[in-house]
Amino acid sequence: MGIIIRVSRIITIGRCIALIAGALLALSCGEEKSGATVITFWALGNEGENVRELIPEFERRNPGIHVRIQAIPWTAAHEKLLTSYAGNSMPDIFQLGNTWVPEFSVLGAIEDLRPWLQTSNLIHDSSYFPGIWATNTIDSAVLGIPWYVDTRVLFYRKDLFLAAGYSRPPRTWTEWKDLSHQLKHLAEEEGREAYAILMPTNEWAPTVILGLQRGSTLLKDQNTRGDFSGPLFHDAFEFYSSFFKEGLAPIGVTQVTNVYQGIAEGFFAMYITGPWNVGEFRRRLPAQLQDQWMTAPLPGPNPETPGVSLAGGSSLAMARRSSHKREVWKLIEYLSDPRQQLKFYQITGDLPARRETWRDTVLMNNPYARAFEVQLNHVVPTPQIPQWEQIAMKVQECAEITSREKLTIVEALSELDRSVNVILEKRRWLVYGR
Amino acid sequence: MADSSRTYAYVVLLAPALIAIALFFFVPVLAAFVLSFTDFDIYALGNIGVARFVGFRNYLQLFQDPLFWQALRNTIYFLLVGGPLSIAVSLGTALLLNAKLVRLKALFRFLYFAPVVTTLVAVAVVWRFIYHPRFGILNFLLSLIGINPVDWLGDPHWAMPAIILLAVWKGFGYNMIIFIAGLQNIPTSLYEAASIDGAGGWHRFRYITLPMLAPTTLFITVITMIGYFQLFAEPYVMTQGGPLNSTLSIVLLMYQQGFRWWNMGYSAAVAFVLFLLILLVSLVQNRLQRRAAH
Amino acid sequence: MRLARGLTVHLLIVLLAVITMAPLVWMVVASFMANGEASAFPPPFIPKQPTLDQYVQLFTRLNLSRYLLNSAFLSVAVTFISLVINSMAGYAFAKYRFAGRDGIFKLLIASMIIPAQVTMLPLFLMLNKMGLVNTYFGVIIPGMAGIFGIFLIRQYALSIPDSLIEAARIDGAGDFRIYWSLILPLCKPILVTLAIFTFMGTWNDFLWPLIVMTDDSMYTLPVALANLSGEHVQDTELMMAGSVMTVMPVLTVFMVLQKYYLSGIMAGGVKE
Repeated sequence: MGIIIRVSRIITIGRCIALIAGALLALSCGEEKSGATVITFWALGNEGENVRELIPEFERRNPGIHVRIQAIPWTAAHEKLLTSYAGNSMPDIFQLGNTWVPEFSVLGAIEDLRPWLQTSNLIHDSSYFPGIWATNTIDSAVLGIPWYVDTRVLFYRKDLFLAAGYSRPPRTWTEWKDLSHQLKHLAEEEGREAYAILMPTNEWAPTVILGLQRGSTLLKDQNTRGDFSGPLFHDAFEFYSSFFKEGLAPIGVTQVTNVYQGIAEGFFAMYITGPWNVGEFRRRLPAQLQDQWMTAPLPGPNPETPGVSLAGGSSLAMARRSSHKREVWKLIEYLSDPRQQLKFYQITGDLPARRETWRDTVLMNNPYARAFEVQLNHVVPTPQIPQWEQIAMKVQECAEITSREKLTIVEALSELDRSVNVILEKRRWLVYGR
Repeated sequence: MADSSRTYAYVVLLAPALIAIALFFFVPVLAAFVLSFTDFDIYALGNIGVARFVGFRNYLQLFQDPLFWQALRNTIYFLLVGGPLSIAVSLGTALLLNAKLVRLKALFRFLYFAPVVTTLVAVAVVWRFIYHPRFGILNFLLSLIGINPVDWLGDPHWAMPAIILLAVWKGFGYNMIIFIAGLQNIPTSLYEAASIDGAGGWHRFRYITLPMLAPTTLFITVITMIGYFQLFAEPYVMTQGGPLNSTLSIVLLMYQQGFRWWNMGYSAAVAFVLFLLILLVSLVQNRLQRRAAH
Repeated sequence: MRLARGLTVHLLIVLLAVITMAPLVWMVVASFMANGEASAFPPPFIPKQPTLDQYVQLFTRLNLSRYLLNSAFLSVAVTFISLVINSMAGYAFAKYRFAGRDGIFKLLIASMIIPAQVTMLPLFLMLNKMGLVNTYFGVIIPGMAGIFGIFLIRQYALSIPDSLIEAARIDGAGDFRIYWSLILPLCKPILVTLAIFTFMGTWNDFLWPLIVMTDDSMYTLPVALANLSGEHVQDTELMMAGSVMTVMPVLTVFMVLQKYYLSGIMAGGVKE
């Protein structure tokens, strides 16, 4: 008797599980459109949510294609892409931060797009900023098409500059230093605590940018060893550290909400940051300050050219194992169309990668965008190796340690080189040792 | 006849569980151990031929890595502050709930235990907001007694205490239940005899309750310590190890090295160093217990 | 004097309960607020106009029902399978004598020290080779056997009188019949306890499903919630609603079956 009860209970439970499984299957099948080719598209962060607005039009123009978008937050994106590669479940097309291109190229996860480019009427490398295009090119293979771009420029308070005697933003390092001292001087005279510039030590960008501006390649010997102790980077790093030593930049971490308060209160007058802050400044700075801030290209060591900045942004990559490459290329062409690029800019505020789009009145009339366009013509890729992200973190830690004067510059940089060389050991072996 | 069928029986009974454990637990553990002696990394993920056997190099690197020492420091900080705090709160609430004159015991037991049952990811959402520098309840309450707002999750000095508070809130109910069981095992006759002899409340606590609770307390200390060494979910969900690596725990370091940077050999070495550490401390505690029992 | 002490104790208990429950209560309250209401200083404790907006959004725009079903299915499946497997093993360890029994058992207990995260990477690669990544089995299979479960059941089964088992054997019952019709019914309390443990553990499990499921249609609630909160950092009220949906089912199960769950912890915790 007991057995019968047990068995029937098992059957009931089994039935329940089957029902639930069936319901789930039904739910998943409901999304498929009959007969259409489905391509999966992983978009990251904010773009992941917003790109959905562009897809219906694409599907209208391409009735046989259905795009399934998955939005993945930036904090998990790197891991998810790697695990999906390892798990052989990569999407057909995905957004890739352009500093990640080297990594995925080493894995053999992304398709070389040159054959597709040769037959395309819609995408040419001349339509893109050279520095940005370079980040997607490794050993002359083109591994991604730039989708939107990103770089760092100077955001500053016009009125404070004027009070310090500068009617235009600084163009050289010398002017930059002089202006900073003037700003500090002004604050001291008025008896308030203030600084010239905010350079958060939890960001690696300012340090790296200054190094690149000075001409350092950051790594040497075919990117197998650190060159941070070299004279060029040392020079740039001295310049960077001098802002802290001379009291021109606050020491210690300030988190994001304070940045807007800080610049509004004149706690500092300059901040090196990216395009997303144009919208944020507009939103968060008080109304009366809205015509007192502006963007400018970065100052550089030489008077002839603007200082270079980072070539950032995201690209669209095609998975090498995708079985729908033609459809993916159509989507890439669609998203690279200048009109779609403009629409995307209007939705997200992300700067378009296509140079034609910058000629549109929307962007021409945006005063803050001007600095970005100038800067984008002077951007340089960071070393295109898989280990770059890790190395960037080490650079940031080094900056933090020196700002707090826990080590001297020479000590800090040689320690940085030491830890970078450890990270690069495998690459050295692959390039030289075998 | 009965013997051979009995032999057959226990094999069948044991097989599914033991095979599953062997295959999906012990084999990965062994594999991780072997991996820790290789330099399996992202290059090897693309092309396995590129992985090399490197002996103890990962372990040596580990001991020279300032990040590892920071993670170790953070984990021990968490252990030494959070552990006693958590145990004290558990014991305190157990004592409160065990008092004879308390009504609605079951209700309060449920309320104290509820955090244990909740999903960490879900409560992390709430706690991130509680810790918000401008809109958070904690800073609001502090402002009522005149303390300036603290950036709990953004200030390297306060991030770990914030994590500790969350961990204690989430976990104290579990140990409380075990303490309650231990308290109920103490014969009331001991207390009666003590009151007759004129011993006061504190006296009774110190000379009856605490000693009688010793085995329970030891057990709780051991499992809490083992659990806290494995701190991962709270910093992963709340701070991702930041700010400035002040909440980076050993397991979080292991996860980042393994899943974010795909330095699997190095990551496995971190895992085994942790395991050895926990083993060492457990053995020491075991030795101390045996000595105390005498 | 007695009264004063009684009052202080009760006061303390209530105060502690309020502090403990405050975050959860606020979570529920905030889930009924309109967008942006919660981000105010001083923080509001009562919604101006309670609304179901957030929940509607969760189920329509954000597809929460899918994740809910995934969580429910996986939790039930893992619970059911692991109950069967662990009870068999626990009974075997308790009532059968065989060479190495105690040794193996001690080894299992000792291995509980090993942090689960150690196994994750190799396990992921193994399941990948077996083609089980991004499938339900990827979560079910590693969750099937649990050392803690075997321990609990063995503990409980030890207390079953051998005479009962002997009597059943004399009556001619085979080993499996004994397990099925005699031992299992006797173990009902501990089985319920273990079922609750496993159900809640699987429901709340966050890291492994995050690693093994690459497709968002396979996400469980905690993973989806983590994803959501990465995207919608500003939408506090929406996140609170998501948290409520994640926490409510387990809290309800716990509320209904408290007795068994708590007795299980005590059984595992108190040395005899």
